[in-house]
Amino acid sequence: MQKAVDSADAYVIEGKLALPYSYFAGRVGSTFITALRDSKQILGVRCDKCNKVFVPPRQTCERCMADLRENWVQLENTGEVVNFTVVRYSDKHLPRKTPYILAMIKLDGADTPLVHILDEVKIEDIKPGMRVEAVFSEKTTSTILDIDHFKPIA
Amino acid sequence: MGYKKKNRHVGIVGVGETKFSSHREDVNQAEMIHEAVRQALDDANLTMDDVDCVVHGNMELFEMIHQPDLWHTLGSGAYGKDAFRLTTGGTTGGTLACAGDNLAASGMYDVVMAIGFEKLQEGHTTGGITNMADPLWARKLQSGALTDSAAVKLIEEFGAERARRAAMTYRIIMDKHACLNPNSHRAFGLDWDQMDDLMENSPPLIGDLRLIHMCSQSDGACVVIYASEEKAKQITDTPVWVRDHITVHREETLDLCNNYYPTDTTHRFAAEKLYERNGITNPLEYFDVFEMYDPSAWWGTDWLKEFFLLEDDDHLKLVENKEIMIDGKMPINPSGGVIAANPIGATALVRVAEAAKQIRGNAGPHQIQKPVNHALASAFGGTMWTVLTMLEKELNW
Ligand SMILES: [Zn+2]
Repeated sequence: MQKAVDSADAYVIEGKLALPYSYFAGRVGSTFITALRDSKQILGVRCDKCNKVFVPPRQTCERCMADLRENWVQLENTGEVVNFTVVRYSDKHLPRKTPYILAMIKLDGADTPLVHILDEVKIEDIKPGMRVEAVFSEKTTSTILDIDHFKPIA
Repeated sequence: MGYKKKNRHVGIVGVGETKFSSHREDVNQAEMIHEAVRQALDDANLTMDDVDCVVHGNMELFEMIHQPDLWHTLGSGAYGKDAFRLTTGGTTGGTLACAGDNLAASGMYDVVMAIGFEKLQEGHTTGGITNMADPLWARKLQSGALTDSAAVKLIEEFGAERARRAAMTYRIIMDKHACLNPNSHRAFGLDWDQMDDLMENSPPLIGDLRLIHMCSQSDGACVVIYASEEKAKQITDTPVWVRDHITVHREETLDLCNNYYPTDTTHRFAAEKLYERNGITNPLEYFDVFEMYDPSAWWGTDWLKEFFLLEDDDHLKLVENKEIMIDGKMPINPSGGVIAANPIGATALVRVAEAAKQIRGNAGPHQIQKPVNHALASAFGGTMWTVLTMLEKELNW
């Protein structure tokens, strides 16, 4: 097949930009991650006006602009699969060896689903509505991966 | 196609500014923005339901997040509303002000909220800004946002001693203003007896540009709410009218193939056009305050000449005679300006917000005591990009 573009003598500059960053999680995010790390508790916030419990938590309800930062709710470590997909390609930035399952999990007591890894289950056995529970990491990284994954409740 | 008059008048009806700081670990980006949003809504006595459109802006790459306007919905109030994101570099805040005005003037929206933010401590500013330069010609050579071009120019024109003294006088005046403004990031309490020491001993950055001359890297957010004339009059007794704005840019200053200093700066070009079409023959007499985007004391000093269309050494005399102080003939940056706080995506919008507060007469401790009827605000960005905004107390032009 003929090449569409003649690239002879065309110089390509290979570069790399270092863009280090920090992210200030804020007090609400900090409270969530600290509770997860230190007490294996998953926290959400409730908007009384909208009658919704949000997880991950946020300082402000984006629907009604109410200040939610004091409205903490402790959620169960259990919930149900809302939906899922399978990550099949491999790349450096991925948290697991592929294939692995990413699922939207609505924790008991929450109105919004949380994205996390679903494991200890065969892909063909997963169904929306399936009951699951959190498995916490043995070592903390002070990130959302302090929940290592969710697994089906036997 | 030339400039056409606006479809309808637009007024500023609310402003909000966070305290500017070198770091805000206590809030995430959306939460910080929310502080300014809440302030602006309270200032205008509005709720988010009254806002038709949200325009959001910051610098690309500076916080290393993609689609920041979407992230920030948690604090910006943009949920379910028409929304835009703008990113025009250093001028972002100035472009946000243009967009707020244009969107409300167009008739598409009656009330538009413009949000500028930056959390410079979360990213690597110089890393981000280096992307501006061409990888083949300039990226390996670029010195980030730092340059001593204005120092070279002033020293060539007026000699090192006079130029250095003028730039440091400008710097100390800005610090004196910053000390009045409770939102300042940097306010050192500099005084005249420190002049010689600072000129000698402030750490050098590039050429004659020293650390003390240069703006800070700040975290903060600013919000300005724009409304159509009819709405503005319903919302507040003290709308500040946006008379006109102009944007001018040229990009060749970083292109090493054609590296000549522009014969006319974008500042002068913008100022000439803006004054001409608004019938202003003597801007120094006309305006009561100028909030300038002055990234360094050298630039601030040099640019006075361009913005006020001055000749010879008139701009130096303004500085040397301290006429640019808050109680002087032509107050520049009663807020302390960009050297006092530079949360880049917000910075130029802060100039507009501060100019509007001066006209309303409620700027706080840095309020100019004389009446302020006509205000000018500028924005600057790389490579040479100018936005000028004119604000008025009365709707009578
Ligand atoms: Zn709500």
